[in-house]
Amino acid sequence: MTTTATPIQNDISNPGILLRPKWAEVTEITPEADGIATYWLRFINSSDQQEFHFNPGQFNMLYLPGFGEAAISISSDPQDHEKLGHTIRFVGNVTRAVSRLKVGDVVGLRGPFGSCWPMSELEGKDVFIACGGIGLPPLRPAIYKIMRNREKYGKVTLLYGARTSSDLMFPREYEVWRKAQIDVEVTVDRGDANWSGRVGVVPMWFYHFRIDPRKTAVLTCGPEIMIRFVIFEAMARRVPVESIYVSLERNMKCGQGSCGHCQMGPYFICREGPVFRFDELQSFFNVEEF
Amino acid sequence: MSAKKPTVAVYKFSSCDGCQLSILNMEDELLELAEVVDIAYFLEATRAQKPGPYDLALVEGSITTPHEIEKIKQVRSQAKTVIALGTCATSGGIQALRNFASAEEYAKTVYPSPEYLQYLDSATPISEHIQVDLELWGCPVNKKQMAEVIVALLNNRKPNLPPYSVCLECKRRLTVCVLVDRDIPCLGPVTQAGCSAICPAMGRGCYGCFGPARESNIESLMAVLKEKERYPGEIMRLFRGISGYSPAFKDAAESLSGEKVTA
Amino acid sequence: MQNETLPEIGSTITIEKSTMNEILLRLKQNGFLTIGPRIENETLIYGAIENLEDLPRGYTTEQKPGYFRLFRDRHSRYFDIIPGAQSWKQFLFPSCVELFSLRRITNSWEFAPRAVETPKFAFIGVRACELAAIQIQDAIFMREDFTDPIYQARRAHTFIISVNCTHPADTCFCLSMECGPQVRQGFDLNISELDNVFALTIGSELGRKLMAGLSFDDASGYVLASVDQKIGNARRQMKRNLNTQDLPELILENLDHPYWNEIGKRCLSCTNCTQVCPTCFCWNVTDESSLDGKSTCRERVWDSCFNPDYSYQAGGNTRPTIYSRYRQWASHKLGTWKQQFGTLGCTGCGRCITWCPAEIDITEEINNLGNEVKR
Repeated sequence: MTTTATPIQNDISNPGILLRPKWAEVTEITPEADGIATYWLRFINSSDQQEFHFNPGQFNMLYLPGFGEAAISISSDPQDHEKLGHTIRFVGNVTRAVSRLKVGDVVGLRGPFGSCWPMSELEGKDVFIACGGIGLPPLRPAIYKIMRNREKYGKVTLLYGARTSSDLMFPREYEVWRKAQIDVEVTVDRGDANWSGRVGVVPMWFYHFRIDPRKTAVLTCGPEIMIRFVIFEAMARRVPVESIYVSLERNMKCGQGSCGHCQMGPYFICREGPVFRFDELQSFFNVEEF
Repeated sequence: MSAKKPTVAVYKFSSCDGCQLSILNMEDELLELAEVVDIAYFLEATRAQKPGPYDLALVEGSITTPHEIEKIKQVRSQAKTVIALGTCATSGGIQALRNFASAEEYAKTVYPSPEYLQYLDSATPISEHIQVDLELWGCPVNKKQMAEVIVALLNNRKPNLPPYSVCLECKRRLTVCVLVDRDIPCLGPVTQAGCSAICPAMGRGCYGCFGPARESNIESLMAVLKEKERYPGEIMRLFRGISGYSPAFKDAAESLSGEKVTA
Repeated sequence: MQNETLPEIGSTITIEKSTMNEILLRLKQNGFLTIGPRIENETLIYGAIENLEDLPRGYTTEQKPGYFRLFRDRHSRYFDIIPGAQSWKQFLFPSCVELFSLRRITNSWEFAPRAVETPKFAFIGVRACELAAIQIQDAIFMREDFTDPIYQARRAHTFIISVNCTHPADTCFCLSMECGPQVRQGFDLNISELDNVFALTIGSELGRKLMAGLSFDDASGYVLASVDQKIGNARRQMKRNLNTQDLPELILENLDHPYWNEIGKRCLSCTNCTQVCPTCFCWNVTDESSLDGKSTCRERVWDSCFNPDYSYQAGGNTRPTIYSRYRQWASHKLGTWKQQFGTLGCTGCGRCITWCPAEIDITEEINNLGNEVKR
């Protein structure tokens, strides 16, 4: 657990305060890939907007009345106090309903919840970000944070993989990131006529990069199978487990470490996670169905 | 929601009308329902009929006659969405008991001139004849679930139908377990929730009318209930009850009776 | 005798049993809903009680794995009964509660106004294991970084009359969990029932004030020794034992052990154990919308780690098998709970054993696991 969430002290005179969302308006919708889009939100109440601060890696509970809530990581720049980006894949009951929203529609928001990428601990280190698919959005705020404070970090590499070239997210930004001295390396599982870059899965390419295990921190997020192999490869390269950070996903209902659904071993992923330093998970990470 | 209200047709096959009555029994919600959908065909409620095609067909009953096989195909061709309503439509219902015996014998016992009857040897769920978009179990269906499915359909979302067993609903209403407290054979642990556990709340065991719950452990419950059997065949008959033709319960009854049945 | 002075907190007095009716009356006059064990539809529940006669006087329960029977015994004590399926949890953490309702306004939503009245409970006859369970739930719902407003509002005004346990059931193992049979702390008044009198220990200022003007005596040495003797008997009668030495370690180091599969074959995944458990706290939240989609009500309900949907998320289920759900439950209760909340999540009340239709006994299973590991 890399940071503790802000205490949630409720007004006991009003039981209805539990899970009560604040309302936000969809201001813009940016399609990112097939079945994925970023929804830019702005709180209806301007003081809600001003008070909202988050750290890279944290998430919000997004609520559509009648449909329910979904945990969605925040994918925008933490310094941008005007709007909040949530990059959403339309796969569940709630997110499929999100796909039908229009600009001007209103959703409920609670958050931010959970731990964040350890941006200050990373200072002075090389940072290797290995992510796949929908694992990039939760890392984008960390990339922005690094760009704003580029001199504080050593060599920064982003290794990002998607199924095909049309599934790659935020492609227009890669050049901007490269200009900020971030080595952006992109790979796809399956190449096609439009693609002349790398082909192969993230853990495989990870193996090809030179990293100094003593001063490199690895940040990873994506499909669980990819995460497992990235960690395996990182450990094989003698990156200490204390320098590997991973963001996990579980079924979440409350975001406050109360409802129990997201538990993994001793952790409520919504409270102590989603970002963990790997040594915190190591003892049970490979237990099946745990 | 489009400006034009979606049209709904309600059909009856071999059944007792109980599920249709559940719709009528929605009372307050029925008026709301009439505001959001256009009930185009519902003989139980009104003789006024509008021609198809319809957006939604609600189908009660199982298929037990040659004529019904034809009729259900027409229903499918006339409806965008078909929902099978109730245990008869989803598992064959109580009529499906004939699948485990001789329909002809039954006919002879009941009717003085069985030669005038036209029937099939088995009673089968709607899904054996046409593609069904959603199955709503229960004898009769639960009116809250009925409303939930319609709201979900109108709002283009997945209906919130519980996947867990009756036990969770039963404990939520603080009912004391009849199986443990009174040795009453109860199918609650392996039956889909949705009924709000009315039978145990009335001091009776669940007889499985909401059908098998997914991912439940029928084999273990069979062993548990067998210990509590009060007369030979009791537990076998419990599984071979109203949802007895559903594959999971059919298998359970077969393994308890030691006979394989092909209908 | 009528007393001018009030008993001290921590002191033990004796009262005539009928005096308890006056105490109950005073609680009601103070706005409390007096709740205790009572018999309804021929079984034991927790419900409103008006006076002592509403209690299951003279009754006893017989409990075994998957077995519960209530029967009339030869004694005439009020509190000899070992609790049934229900627990106090249902009052502080209700099984189904509305959080809020929303109404559609043009393209947004507004909260429907509603009056929330929080009942004030007086729990009568709380056993040591149950009091420990309430304290465990306090730690969950009133954490430093999160307070559950529903729980806290209810808990803040709860008055507790606990009772020392003198006749444990066959399924009890509070001794192993160091939660009973004797009540230690966290009560307003604590009863030790003797045949003719109640020995009453004063636990709080409110408990003390309730005694104003009532007749009581300081508990005599004989009474105190009798109470000790009865509790001592209860300790000796408790045969069931869970070896708690290195318990979290045993479980967490053997998550891959094949023995879990054996339990999974018998477990019904029916959720009963979690629902009757007085410490289980998982909940789910659902929306119920009106037919026209213009209003929706958000409700919180009890959930269970045995619910197939519990760990379902887009992309699959974390625990698709029954054995993994049982392991989650047991390893949480007796393992990871400690890291989360500082104690184990079990008080030895035995409900999960009694109310498991498949007769799965957590003490036996965990002891078996320990033996399997040693082999």
